[in-house]
Amino acid sequence: MELKEKLISSFLAFENTEAGEVDSKILDERNQAFLQFEKLGFPTKKEEDWKYTSLKPILNKDYNLFPETENNIEFKEVKRFFIHEIDSYKIVFVDGVYSSFLSETTHEGCDICLFSAAIKKPKYKMVIDHYFNTIAEKEENLTALNTAFTKEGVYINIPKNTVLPKPIQVMHFSTGNNNDVLLQPRNLIVVGENSHVQIIERHQSLSQNATLTNVVTEIFALKRAIVDYYKIQNDLQTASLIDNTYILQKQNSIVTLNTYSFGGQLTRNNLKFYHNGTQISSHLNGITIIGDKQHVDHNTLVNHLTPHCESRQNYKGIYADKATGVFNGKVLVHKEAQKTNAFQQNNNILLHDGATINAKPQLKIYANDVKCSHGCTIGQLDEDALFYLRSRGIPKQEATALLLYAFSNDVLTCIKIPALKNRITKLIALKLGVNLGFDL
Amino acid sequence: MTTKTKYTEEHLKKELETQEYEYGFYTDIKSDKFAVGLNEAVVRAISKKKEEPEWMTDWRLQAFRAWQKMEEPNWANVHYEKPKFQEISYFSAPKKNAKLNSLDEVDPELLKTFEKLGISIDEQKRLSNVAVDIVMDSVSVATTFKKTLNERGIIFCPISEAIKNHPELVRKYIGSIVPQSDNFYAALNSAVFSDGSFCYIPKGVKCPMELSTYFRINESGTGQFERTLLIADEGSYVSYLEGCTAPKRDENQLHAAVVELIILKDAEIKYSTVQNWFPGGKDGKGGVYNFVTKRALCETNAKVSWTQVETGSAVTWKYPSCVLKGDNSVGEFYSIAVTNNYQQADTGTKMIHIGKNTKSTIISKGISAGNSQNSYRGLVRINERAENARNFSQCDSLLMGNECGAHTFPYIEAKNKSAQVEHEATTSKIGEEQLFYCNQRGINTEKAIALIVNGFSKEVLNKLPMEFAVEAQKLLEISLEGSVG
Repeated sequence: MELKEKLISSFLAFENTEAGEVDSKILDERNQAFLQFEKLGFPTKKEEDWKYTSLKPILNKDYNLFPETENNIEFKEVKRFFIHEIDSYKIVFVDGVYSSFLSETTHEGCDICLFSAAIKKPKYKMVIDHYFNTIAEKEENLTALNTAFTKEGVYINIPKNTVLPKPIQVMHFSTGNNNDVLLQPRNLIVVGENSHVQIIERHQSLSQNATLTNVVTEIFALKRAIVDYYKIQNDLQTASLIDNTYILQKQNSIVTLNTYSFGGQLTRNNLKFYHNGTQISSHLNGITIIGDKQHVDHNTLVNHLTPHCESRQNYKGIYADKATGVFNGKVLVHKEAQKTNAFQQNNNILLHDGATINAKPQLKIYANDVKCSHGCTIGQLDEDALFYLRSRGIPKQEATALLLYAFSNDVLTCIKIPALKNRITKLIALKLGVNLGFDL
Repeated sequence: MTTKTKYTEEHLKKELETQEYEYGFYTDIKSDKFAVGLNEAVVRAISKKKEEPEWMTDWRLQAFRAWQKMEEPNWANVHYEKPKFQEISYFSAPKKNAKLNSLDEVDPELLKTFEKLGISIDEQKRLSNVAVDIVMDSVSVATTFKKTLNERGIIFCPISEAIKNHPELVRKYIGSIVPQSDNFYAALNSAVFSDGSFCYIPKGVKCPMELSTYFRINESGTGQFERTLLIADEGSYVSYLEGCTAPKRDENQLHAAVVELIILKDAEIKYSTVQNWFPGGKDGKGGVYNFVTKRALCETNAKVSWTQVETGSAVTWKYPSCVLKGDNSVGEFYSIAVTNNYQQADTGTKMIHIGKNTKSTIISKGISAGNSQNSYRGLVRINERAENARNFSQCDSLLMGNECGAHTFPYIEAKNKSAQVEHEATTSKIGEEQLFYCNQRGINTEKAIALIVNGFSKEVLNKLPMEFAVEAQKLLEISLEGSVG
């Protein structure tokens, strides 16, 4: 059975489970989204936004839609996936089910908990009614699919004037107990005025069974809020990820979103920023280092709706073997958004002949008093630089790795958690197949 | 251009008085006009009218059948009312407008523009359809040019003639880079094209003059479906000018032209276009829809250079492309697109790198004013086997006023590790400091803007043949007139 039919036929069953016992607002949203998905189906390459990414190879599997059983995994088995050197809040899901055993949540001063718990408590009703599914694009196929099956995920609500003492780590493990699984977490994050939060998100598959994750995250950064969001995508070759993140920013807020894509069969990042207020800063950074037949697609949109805001996008890509990279960045400046400062940079290196990069950096500008620019390059390592290093006794592989590291370095500098920076650096070294013998 | 025409005038006057009116292809079709609508019978009729051989009729029918199955594209960033294809007469032979007796009868606004462009009185008369003596009749001028060209073996004639006289060349190359079913408008054009230019430059010949459709009266009325085929044989060179800087009050709703350039080994074609069709009124009513397919095929060591200045048309949809098939071939694209009032332009280029060591350069300057929308849409594709391919693209947009838009949609696809691709784009407005600096030195704001716009577009203007460049510069000024508040 086609995945679409399977999803459609299981929707009723889904509504009849305990997931159906929520208030009418959520039921309505789910129903509408379901109808939308029924109409749209999965995106195909005919759609402009999916021109370079085909979902076909990952849709033909027989995914288990509702893996119910909680798998008890030992912390020591998965310790290496955490940034364990630092103290942090943890929200951990195993096969889409919350694992209280591995998690460390809180309700003191702020709410860092589960979406499923939050929608059942009247206390949170106001927040959820006010924010849930307001910026997620209703017309988008996969977002609609996620909304239709909204059940579990992260609920983070940071009140006014709060600086979180430690970062939050969000982990999604899939064990895929003898079965391919489809996971659809749904996250809601609200950061209050003058508050500051750091979030690290990671999806990790633990078995060779195929995993498809279709995650939707809505982030609201209120006035003067600061949000640092890190996504680590270093999954197994059997796992695919479709990440839809929507961000609404109010006056003077600063949101930095970093995406590190080092693995997975197919990774698609849909990142959409909406501005609502002046003096907003949005930073989008990404490092992609992939090989094999991996495919990473960055699809970004910064929607400048208000004046005096800035956005900076900086994406670096290194592609080896038969890997394919896509960068589809869009800056949209509306008529009212005067004095906008938008910048977009995309640099790519192809290491082997089978690797492909498709870039489509777009600017759509309707305001005249703006400074917008983009740059996009595709090239290879400088032969002279390589020769220089080798003439000083550095072996070719190390020399190459050093140069590639330097290439991606300016994106690394924006990591504000030292332990995380170390981890990412190590991942890069691992990915480049070298041990540089010192901490980069 | 002005100087050139004057020179020709004086020089040729004597010869021309005695010469026969050889190329009378213009007169014998003046009364033709078909009923509206399009079907196979109409296609056959057009072909018959043109006395085409059977293979050509079949070729047109193939195109027509393909067209029937196609849908009008709507991916471009333009919004307009779709033309009603069954309400168009597909064989509107060159319109014969009533001749005017003197310049006094001409629209004064048009005359004002002529004056600004610095066009001579005689030329003004010709362009505004005032009856003039034989010397100014460009058909005759063209005739003399033709003689010079014939001596070198260069064939330059309407494509309908070429189909009859040089079927082997036309048959071999027509549709070879823009196949009948390439896209909606190309298919339509292939089915119903009425005329166009054909040019063949033999091996090793450098064309001694800039070939221009401007000199052929037949060209000015070719109308809606124009087909151009240029073939540069091995080692040859030609510079070809299309269009005219003077304003053309063409009222045709739809223009769907196809231009094919075939550049064989070591040859070079420089193709310059100035397009200044009726852009529609200040309120956005009327104007020409310009849907053009232009493509060049480069063999080994060949070079093609497209230069375009687009200031007219209500809607422009145009992507002159380079297929760099041969090793070491070079493609260049220089463009200025100016939109004002309610004009919309979606234009750019495609650079397809297939051969090794191929190079391409894209310089695109967009200027939007008024309520207009100006988009750059370009593709750079490096195929697997295109070792050491190199591309540099630069797209700059200038915005004037708060109601217009400038958009950039580059597509970059690389499949070879040795590829080097650079793309950069900027969007900005004219700096207040720059204006202040000019004002301070006694240059009024309007002149200052013209100065800055000229500087902005200099890189492209420099690529135009000289006479063209001077007029194009003035044309920019005129197009942007009144856009500064």
